[in-house]
Parts: sequence; structure tokens; C-alpha cells
Amino acid sequence: MTGAEIIATLEAECSTKIKSTKADAIDPFVFVEPGDLVAVATVLRDHAKLKFEMLNCISGVDYLELDPKKIAKAGFEPHVEVVYHFSSFTHKHRFVVKVSLPRWKDNKPGELPEVPTLSPLFPAADWHEREAFDLVGVNFVGHPDLCRILLADDWVGHPLRKDYEFPLEYHGIRGR
Amino acid sequence: MGWLEGRFEEYVAVATLEQGIAWARESSMWPMTFGLACCAIEMMAVGGPRYDIDRFGAGAFRASPRQADLMIVAGTVNYKMASRVRRLYNQMPDPKFVIAMGACTCGGGPYYKYGYNVVKGVDLVVPVDVYVPGCPPRPEALLEGLMRIQDKVRGMRYLTKGQNIEIPIPARTGYVQLPPEFEDADPTKALEKQIAWAKLTKEKATPTKA
Repeated sequence: MTGAEIIATLEAECSTKIKSTKADAIDPFVFVEPGDLVAVATVLRDHAKLKFEMLNCISGVDYLELDPKKIAKAGFEPHVEVVYHFSSFTHKHRFVVKVSLPRWKDNKPGELPEVPTLSPLFPAADWHEREAFDLVGVNFVGHPDLCRILLADDWVGHPLRKDYEFPLEYHGIRGR
Repeated sequence: MGWLEGRFEEYVAVATLEQGIAWARESSMWPMTFGLACCAIEMMAVGGPRYDIDRFGAGAFRASPRQADLMIVAGTVNYKMASRVRRLYNQMPDPKFVIAMGACTCGGGPYYKYGYNVVKGVDLVVPVDVYVPGCPPRPEALLEGLMRIQDKVRGMRYLTKGQNIEIPIPARTGYVQLPPEFEDADPTKALEKQIAWAKLTKEKATPTKA
């Protein structure tokens, strides 16, 4: 199926849960609210015409322009996106679902934005969500074991955030 | 036979005990199987038949730090790994030696500026005897590093009372002899020949426009 057909099928199934769509991109995608993500993913997995059995990857993207001269031209408000890539072995098609989140929950720096976990639906989501949590700082609510996967357990901060600052010292080893 | 050559009278071998111990030690330098990143591939090449670290007696890569004399830190060390590197170093029996192989272990390398999780040089974690720069170093460079470790072992005089620590004198190098057509009695002329040859090969390698 093409992207437009997938979007049409999805809208016929749960049109209220889809915020916006884009069918003419290289990877066609839909935006959904964090609260509706599990419902949409269930439809994607179980609908007879869609059958997305596989979750390829979960990516966290930090949209933030630090240069004050470029803020006007940046074309986006500061936010964090979580991008889910699905593919189907049955129908041999692919699809992307995006979730837009605030950079910090309730605009309090340090409070991680929340999105429901997909690990009960797709076991592959387990480690991908841990990675996104580790590096971008997204709290996946309901994840069975949300701890850091790459960095040390006592690490401070999330390095792929644009405003991340290096540690100058870690356990007595200087940082630069 | 390297440094043994021409040392002996006929039928008589004379050596001090220290020399004997140092000879045994430098000729059986057992490294630890310890590759962290891409430099490990080059370390494996050194272990293979083409470069063959076994020629220098250091081919027995041990899987346990308790059987090893030499730690070749081959690859990027990150902060999560640093405590493990330190622990492995502490588990090795004395005397122990460390080679920092590659740009990352010498001083952070390409991760120096933006690597948030990379230790800026393994000498911040364990004491290093020999630095082998390069990204990754050629196998010959690692062999040269091993030779410098052997020089250091040869200079050890810990049985003798009141001996100063010697600066080790390189006994042999990994210097590659040039082909005879580049050699000349006058070193400037030899250099000119080499530069001319390098220019020629560069011209040959330049892609021609189709």
C-alpha cells in the first residue's frame, strides 16, 4: 500500500485520534497525541489491511535553536519529537508515526516529557525506548525497566539534548 | 638473534642474572586480549601471520589479566569502561606494562572536543608506558611500541643495589629500509629522489577527466 492509502485506512479506523498527516513525504507520516499513541499503534499492528508487525526503530529528536540570530528563521518552536518507524512483512510496506512533546514536562527544566510505552505491543520497543530515554530524555510511562542503556547508571543529563553541557569531571577523571 | 648476537665467547656464555631475567621477560611478553574499538582490528592484524607479533615473543594473547604482562589498550575508552580498565590493570601481576594504542587512548583523539562520554586519554585512568599514535596505527607502529616496551624491560636493574634508572636505549627499530633506487650517499639527494618519486605516483593517481 502507498502512504496515502495507509493514511486513508487509518483515518477510516480512528480519525479522531490523528492530529495531522503528510502523505507526500518520502516516508509518509501522521502526528498523534501522546495519549492516543497506544490505540493508533494497536490499529497499525492488528488491522487486516495494515499488519505492521515490526517496529524498526524509535528515534528522539530535539528541536531547539540555540543561536539567537537563527531563531527567527528556524521554522519551529522548541519541542521534542519521538518518531516511530513501522514496517510490515505481510504487505511489504512501511509507515511512520510521530509524537510531538514539550521539551520539559509542564515547562519545568529537569522534568522529562512523558509518552506511553509501546513495549507490551512490540517487544522491540523495550531497548529502543531505553536508548531514547538515555540520550534524548523522554520518559516512557509504563516501561518495564526504564534505566540507562548506553551511559553509566549514575550519569547526569541526556547528551543528545541541544542544550546539554559536558561534565567537567566524572569519578575523578577530568572531562577536558 | 638480536641483542644476543656476538655476545658469547666460543662455548662460553656469560651473562648477569639480571640480563637473564630481563631476556626471559622481554621475550615472553604476554599481552591481554583486550580490544575496545576499531584499533583492535589492527591489533588482530599484528597477531596474524603477516605482521606476526609472535616473532617478538608477544603472541600469546591471554584471556585473563592474571596471566598477562602487557595491556594493549586498543580503542576508545569511555567513562563507563574506565573503571573496568582500571580494575583489569589492578588484576595484572607485577611487573606490568601498558601500551596506549591509537589517538583515542593517547588523548581523546577525534572525540576530544565533542565526545561527552570519552576519557581524554587512558593515562587519566592507568599509567601508560608507551604511546602509539595513529588512527588506527599501522601494525608496524604497534610492533615498534612493543619494541620500546622490550627496551624498557631490558633496562630494568632491580636486583642491583643503588642502581640508577637507565633511560632505555633502543636496540632495534621498526624502520623500513628503502628500496635501493632511492638510496644515495648524500642524504639530500636521496630525499630529492624520494620526493620526485612521490610526485610521480601522485600524478599517476590523479583522475583524468573523461
